[in-house]
Amino acid sequence: MIGFDFEYYRPATSNEAVKLYESLQAQGKRPVYYAGGTEIVTFARLNQIETGAVIDINSIRECRVYQFNTSELVIGATVTLTHLAETSAFPLLSVTGGRVADHTARNQITIGGNICGEINYKEALLPFLLAESNVIIAGNNGYQDKPIMEAFNKRLQLEPGECLVQILTDRKYLNLPYFSVKKRKIDVIDYPLLTLTALKIDNTIRVAFSGLCGYPFRSREIETILNNHELSREERIEQTVLHLPAPVLDDWIGSAEYRLFVLKNTLEDMYLALEGESL
Amino acid sequence: MESIGRSVIRKDAVAKVTGAAKYTADLKTVGSLYAKLVTSPYGHARILSIDTSAAEKVNGVHKILTGKDTNILTGEEIKDRPILATDRVRYHGEPVAVVIADTLAIAKQAANLVNVSYSPLPVIRSPKEAYQQGVPLVHEHLGDYEKIAEVFPKPGTNICNHTKIRKGSMEIGWAKSTVVVETEVSFPPSDHCAMETRSVSAEILPNGQVIIHSSSQVPFTIKKMLSSIFGLNQGKITVHTPLVGGAYGGKSAIQLEFIAYLASSAIGGQKVQLINSREEDFITSPVHLGLDAKVKLGCDAEGYLQAAEITLLFDGGAYSDKAVDMSRAAATDCTGPYQVENLWCDSFCMYTNHPYATSFRGFGHPESTFAVERAIERLAEKLGMDPIEFRWKNAIRPGQTTPTQVILNESRIGNVRRCIERVRELINWEEGRRIEITPERIRAKGVSCFWKNSNIDTNAGSGAILKFNEDGTVHLNCGVIEIGTGSRTVLAQIAAQKLGIDVDQIYVEMDIDTSSTPEHYKTVASRGLWMAGRAVLAAAEDAIGQLLNVAAQVFRVSLDDLDIGKGFVFLKDNPARKLALKELVYGYVYPNGNAIGSQVIGRGSYTLRGMTFLDPKTGKGVPGPDWTVGAQAVEVEWNKRDYTYKILRAVTVIDAGTIINPKLAQGQVKGAMHMGLSFASREGFIFGPNEVVETTQFRTYKVLRYGENPDYTVDFVVTPSRETAYGLRGIGEHALIGMPAALANSLSTAAEVHLNRLPLTPELIWRMKTGGVR
Amino acid sequence: MTDQSHTRFSVALNVNGVKRKTEVRSADILLDVLRNNFGLTGAKPGCLNGDCGSCTVLVNGWPIKSCMMLAVAASNTNIVTVEGLKGSATQRAFIEKNAFQCGYCTPGFIMNIEGLSAIHPDADDSIIEEWLQSNICRCTSYEEIKAAVYKVLGKKPEAGR
Ligand SMILES: Cc1cc2nc3c(=O)[nH]c(=O)nc-3n(C[C@H](O)[C@H](O)[C@H](O)COP(=O)(O)OP(=O)(O)OC[C@H]3O[C@@H](n4cnc5c(N)ncnc54)[C@H](O)[C@@H]3O)c2cc1C
Ligand code: FES
Ligand code: FES
Repeated sequence: MIGFDFEYYRPATSNEAVKLYESLQAQGKRPVYYAGGTEIVTFARLNQIETGAVIDINSIRECRVYQFNTSELVIGATVTLTHLAETSAFPLLSVTGGRVADHTARNQITIGGNICGEINYKEALLPFLLAESNVIIAGNNGYQDKPIMEAFNKRLQLEPGECLVQILTDRKYLNLPYFSVKKRKIDVIDYPLLTLTALKIDNTIRVAFSGLCGYPFRSREIETILNNHELSREERIEQTVLHLPAPVLDDWIGSAEYRLFVLKNTLEDMYLALEGESL
Repeated sequence: MESIGRSVIRKDAVAKVTGAAKYTADLKTVGSLYAKLVTSPYGHARILSIDTSAAEKVNGVHKILTGKDTNILTGEEIKDRPILATDRVRYHGEPVAVVIADTLAIAKQAANLVNVSYSPLPVIRSPKEAYQQGVPLVHEHLGDYEKIAEVFPKPGTNICNHTKIRKGSMEIGWAKSTVVVETEVSFPPSDHCAMETRSVSAEILPNGQVIIHSSSQVPFTIKKMLSSIFGLNQGKITVHTPLVGGAYGGKSAIQLEFIAYLASSAIGGQKVQLINSREEDFITSPVHLGLDAKVKLGCDAEGYLQAAEITLLFDGGAYSDKAVDMSRAAATDCTGPYQVENLWCDSFCMYTNHPYATSFRGFGHPESTFAVERAIERLAEKLGMDPIEFRWKNAIRPGQTTPTQVILNESRIGNVRRCIERVRELINWEEGRRIEITPERIRAKGVSCFWKNSNIDTNAGSGAILKFNEDGTVHLNCGVIEIGTGSRTVLAQIAAQKLGIDVDQIYVEMDIDTSSTPEHYKTVASRGLWMAGRAVLAAAEDAIGQLLNVAAQVFRVSLDDLDIGKGFVFLKDNPARKLALKELVYGYVYPNGNAIGSQVIGRGSYTLRGMTFLDPKTGKGVPGPDWTVGAQAVEVEWNKRDYTYKILRAVTVIDAGTIINPKLAQGQVKGAMHMGLSFASREGFIFGPNEVVETTQFRTYKVLRYGENPDYTVDFVVTPSRETAYGLRGIGEHALIGMPAALANSLSTAAEVHLNRLPLTPELIWRMKTGGVR
Repeated sequence: MTDQSHTRFSVALNVNGVKRKTEVRSADILLDVLRNNFGLTGAKPGCLNGDCGSCTVLVNGWPIKSCMMLAVAASNTNIVTVEGLKGSATQRAFIEKNAFQCGYCTPGFIMNIEGLSAIHPDADDSIIEEWLQSNICRCTSYEEIKAAVYKVLGKKPEAGR
């Protein structure tokens, strides 16, 4: 039971959605876009968000697509994680997104909601960081097309009223060798203690993390270390630990020390999976 | 037509798979108001002020109650708990105020506007800390509280109960011991996690009749407590309990009922519903207690236990509730099912600034068993003896005495050794306890034994009524709550067997109404079938007596010429001369219209016999009628590299006496094992600053999910009880008891490190093994 | 769905094959509307946080946690609750395999399995686990539920390890 009231709108186009947002915002209603609703509804019960209006974006056609154009896979923001898991156009995404929450919840959770939500794991984002996808954002001035590596910094940088519409991923990244592991405290269903995804492009490994620090990230600095073949794997892993972009999480899921232990093991596993036994 | 030993389908089955089954919160009535609690965000704080003015202005709010309106202390053994906190809060989640409004949404909105200002106080973080000298007191006025005679709080300390067990001579015991170990164990409070959160409603009719609906294991106790606390005549109170969505001991506490009653009476008697959110159910309502314990054990060179010194410090949380009883129960069975001549046990229930505890499946036994079985494992190891052999050697037997000096016979104790032997076979102990499958993967096994008596009131009892319809079908009416165990179905089997009719002819309603249902003490302590079985048997005998009486007149024979079976009363020497039950149940009518006899109503009741209070100095006494015993084993596969593990197999062999319904019995045993493994592997609250619980949702408080369970194997040893209906024994809780120890023993063997803390997460093993270095 | 003030709606929900009209707040979750407005109390609140699955119903054939969905967002969908089943194979298997005790989690499990058996009639163990890990049962050992799912999917119980 949600203890406050809000208005509900279900626009048919992103243009309408953005306009609605603007006018509701002007009325002081602090509107939010409603995709899968899993976070909005559960947060609202606990008064962790308060809003006067929700704008349901599920009827917006371009948010619902899942298709190829000439060079890219186009994924609409309201495509559910289950849908992504059941189609294998981008296996790394299917697998990584397929471990968020639980199966029934994924029938509702959308890719856009996972990326734009408050819960800071955003595991389904990681494949897009690795594939350097582009995001299509609807705003006051129509659509913008931005590289996700620029648009995402700790969180997806949206101006008030902007709505994530689609994510475009170059075909050439879809079927590369990958590694994706989610480590949890003990349960099969849990937030990540560490989620590590990697993509191998020619002989270079790209790596993105969730659950390690306070936000998901991909770090060029760390990739340089991890691909530095001058160093032994062990040395590269040790170096990585020293160059994390933020303090390691230390919470009910696991201590920072333990997370680092898990990180090191998982990086070893990654090398083994993508490069085989070390020489 | 045998009903005993058959896997009869549960009487509530169809209702439960169709959604027709009704639980307390499903009973909707028009005109009900809704209550919402305001709870403490601190583990310990002074309440400086409560401002309800903004909340009161919300449209649809009827009333807001705070501690000032309810200045009454409650508690079953020690009256130490205010219904709503008054000057201070002692745990995170403690109710501070309650808002009563037209809808739940309004109540929530208003509850949010109640402005309470607090000043945090120093907290007691563990029972060990609570026990130290000079620490803050959770209850400064402990000495002033009203209490029953059988609890022993120590005013001026945080001890709310102290039970002493003194048996034999410690001097002799240690002198005879050639090998001695000392072990300390510890685990935090955790939760029952019934899927149905605790829910109540209260209503007061114009004639003063109080009607409570509660998701409870103890509706009859609710009636008595409301009566004693609010000075109401018991006849004026009716408590209804429909189906209960899981309980495990957690619904044997009375808390929301008091609040709902006060809420209803504050608004002129209108019906008020109060339903816990999951977050409230985790911490506001009582929890499963934690423990810090120390065990010192000694044995002689042949491996016979000679001495045990056990100190149990239970984390009872902020209020005593049933934790004081559990601390006593744990003491009475503190050695586990082993013969120990010389024993010294101090069991303390400690106040801390944690959510308060109430009964949990196993009632103090899973906790103390973890402590003792870890020590036994080490003792066997130090002695160099196979741990199963060690347990078998020391297993308690008829003729020996328990910690409270009860002399055992076969009916009282069953056959511990047989259980151990069978577990040994089933877990394939011969194969080896620790096997390296690959350099990284290690399979290991661990065992534990268990026993448990009941420790309930010495005069606990049960009643039953069998009411016949004209067609010979029967209604069984008794006070055992259907909390999931299937007990009401098993009781129908007992009645059917005795009456010699098919169990399908017996109808059992699932809801309890304390005004018309014969009382059953409490649906706790695995004593449901034990006591109610006797009451049902007595009721059936009573009904049979009435039926035979009429039949004897019809046939002009004496009572002992007659027998009953297959739906007829017949002549023993000529079974062809018979009368169908339906010709007798409303009296017999002769061809000329004359009638004899009348409606048959069988009634039966039963009260435990021979129980005694414990001697406060030595603990000597009879805590319950018998023990259910068993042995358990767990097999794990542990990964040496990343410290993760998988529980592969779990085995329980339990001396369950006569099994009335094999499928239900299996289900109870497996369910209990499962809960024990869940508790031991992942449960336990995590506390933040000021003892705020950080894990109040299933998102963060983990329980076993589908597929994480091992393969379960259950086998029964059958030593029928001589006191119960058809020789059954209580089994609802027992298979939980040894699971934490068996899991810890298997993982300790696998990782070659002593794991004496719970929950057994990979991180814990990593930390114990490496000291936390990366 | 007729719109009154945007905070309250008169909606027609298609539940168990019947179009049912009712008044809802925009903020009402589907679970509460099923239970309070329609008296369909089979779906249960267990956590209202998406964690336990006891509120699971089918929406357009897929299991959905009705505690995380707004009722207004469910108009124009087909909703099936446990009350909409009429002696289904899952219900029968649950009885036969003793797959419940207190029964509180049961409607949620049953609806999830109904969805599973329709969408993945050939589900292997890993798919079954993935789906059923969305629900919590605190009473049974899950072995009984597994036996019931196997029965529904016509799978043979595997031999012991
Ligand atoms: C049971 C459960 C378990 C979970 N476990 C995990 C986990 O293991 N790992 C993990 O990463 N996450 C986890 N989460 C978080 C989950 O992924 C979020 O709830 C989800 O990301 C929200 O998605 P949604 O589509 O339901 O979003 P909504 O609730 O609809 O929206 C969430 C937020 O994102 C905004 N938003 C949504 N779509 C857009 C858009 N297209 N453009 C702009 N803003 C938008 C909304 O305005 C809102 O603020 C879990 C959640 C639940 C309920
Ligand atoms: S009530 Fe919906 S998932 Fe628990
Ligand atoms: S049967 Fe009780 S929770 Fe599943």
